Amino acid sequence: MNRRPGWFLAGGLLVALVLAGVVSNFASSSPDGLDAAARQGCTFDAAGHITGGTCMAQQEQQHQLKDGPLANYGIKGVDNPYLSNGLAGVAGVVITFGLGVGVFWLVRRRGARTGPRGDA
Amino acid sequence: MGTQAMHIANGIVNAPISALFAAIALIGLAFCVVRSRADLDDRLAPMAGLVAAFIFAVQMLNFQVLPGVSGHLLGGALAAMLVGPWVGALCVTTVLVIQCLLFADGGLTALGLNVTNMALIGTAAGYLIIVVLLRVLPKTPLGLGITTFVASVLSVVVASQGFVLEYWLGGTTTMSISTIAVALAGAHLLIGVGEGIIAATTVITVAKVRPDLVYGLRALRARTASRVSTPVAAGAA
Repeated sequence: MNRRPGWFLAGGLLVALVLAGVVSNFASSSPDGLDAAARQGCTFDAAGHITGGTCMAQQEQQHQLKDGPLANYGIKGVDNPYLSNGLAGVAGVVITFGLGVGVFWLVRRRGARTGPRGDA
Repeated sequence: MGTQAMHIANGIVNAPISALFAAIALIGLAFCVVRSRADLDDRLAPMAGLVAAFIFAVQMLNFQVLPGVSGHLLGGALAAMLVGPWVGALCVTTVLVIQCLLFADGGLTALGLNVTNMALIGTAAGYLIIVVLLRVLPKTPLGLGITTFVASVLSVVVASQGFVLEYWLGGTTTMSISTIAVALAGAHLLIGVGEGIIAATTVITVAKVRPDLVYGLRALRARTASRVSTPVAAGAA
């Protein structure tokens, strides 16, 4: 068995990049379970604005950061929707991995030899 | 096509209750940081980063559960199985913070609500079920897969009821809370089945390629062998 963590990490990252960069374009565009429940009871116009009824989404406000460069899983300025969504997904995976490793590296125990590998 | 917003937005739950749950989330996360140090060594840190990145990617994959209703993985049970409950909750939180700040998904004022439901409640529920099931099921890839599936289904339903509690305390309409609870539990039972399939497939794959990287397997196996209760001591045993 290959015990080097580098290969596993590289393989796992590659899978994540393909899922976020390519497969995400084929995901369902229906509202998710929470959003669908929040919209239940209201009527909507073609642009998605509430036209009547009572529902949880009535008082919903816009996101404070809705104009960010990656807002709503798209790259601002990229017109092709597949490319825009895919590139935003790739950026998200890279940023999440970078921030995650950074934070966990800072929190970790230093110089510990008690891990499952240290006693091997 | 394209990725949907998928978490609690601003204005669904009022400001005082949002602030209350932001405080609860911060306290819970501080506790997770303290406890996670025992698990986090030089090798688990990059693995935890990978788990966070993987959860971010899979959360983009909304799958249809009913006509006009989709769902996506939350990831708490998967993270708990792969990197343990403390680090796992921090992985899900990392994803939620990035989605909120960079992708405008999940309101900024609702971040504490989303972290409480998905990172804290979801991971805790998933881990508790994992601990119970791995006492009875065989510690084989199949046993781990079944454990992950059941833990995922239940943790997603429990996490959805976290929202119901928050809405009961601070909802901005006067809708019937029992109707909301039933609607959310039903939809999230189906979402949980989808999540369970994805999470179980992932765990079975990791268990076959690198069983030493599955926290649930490592910690519990060492625990039963040496009868010590902390993962630190278990690793040294």
